[in-house]
Amino acid sequence: MKVAVLRFPGTNCEFDTQYAFEKLGHNVEIIWHEDTTIPADLDLIVVPGGFSYGDYLRSGSIARFAPVMKAVSQYANDGGKVLGICNGFQILTEAGLLPGALKRNADLHFISKYQYLKVENNNNSFLNKYNNGDILHIPIAHADGNYYIDNIGLAELEKNGQILLKYSNSNGEIESINGSVAAIAGVCNKNKNVFGLMPHPERAIELLLGSDDGINMLQGFAS
Amino acid sequence: MKAIVNVYLKQGVLDPQGKATHHALNSLGFDGIKDIRIGKQIIIELDGLSKEDAMKKVTQMSETLLANTVIEDYTIEIA
Repeated sequence: MKVAVLRFPGTNCEFDTQYAFEKLGHNVEIIWHEDTTIPADLDLIVVPGGFSYGDYLRSGSIARFAPVMKAVSQYANDGGKVLGICNGFQILTEAGLLPGALKRNADLHFISKYQYLKVENNNNSFLNKYNNGDILHIPIAHADGNYYIDNIGLAELEKNGQILLKYSNSNGEIESINGSVAAIAGVCNKNKNVFGLMPHPERAIELLLGSDDGINMLQGFAS
Repeated sequence: MKAIVNVYLKQGVLDPQGKATHHALNSLGFDGIKDIRIGKQIIIELDGLSKEDAMKKVTQMSETLLANTVIEDYTIEIA
């Protein structure tokens, strides 16, 4: 699989993401935000975590207008697969490639810890290696992860199976740890080719790190 | 000419910072507060535009970048 990982000023998860995909035997290229083209024959574009443009104005709001994003939108609109992790999720919602928006956490804290997640829908290339109801243990690290969508939008997400992951406890009981509507931790678009989540699967790829529950999300794209 | 854009979370979208500030003011003994919304103010200095064109341009800026209309409303004042 050929993977492009974007890099904006303030991105800080590009090398972890590269490491994770290379560990799985994939070919990874890091793309600078000022590039106006993306490599040919890509299988996946990853918008990684970090604090692009210092999170000024709103998280992701300025990165969304970086030169490379035109090509990314085009690629996504043509059916190409795009994954946004944490700040990448924020950028993709700001760009309108994913529904909803991410607000400041309800308790105003930056939450950085291992978090349980429940798999809501595995009928997509991101979670096809998991079963619905699986409970995963994956790090989160964000201040603006409070997912918002209005009631009409939420009904659409539910109807189309676009809710990927929810925050839960170790028994799989749903818990909105940051104020997110319906405890949503990750969603995809209607066509199921653009994915976004606040947790960091690339940080849960080796037992040495405390969990390898995230690796099958990254590998899912290869199958 | 100056454009003053106020951006704040829509009614019905919970404002965590407003809520925390509301609690803090209550615990300091300030009562009679019904609700607090916290927004941001963006002051734009403009040059060589009519008032009407300024309004048009700043509306475009607000829709494109300054506000995320999924969660935020904005007001514009040209002064």
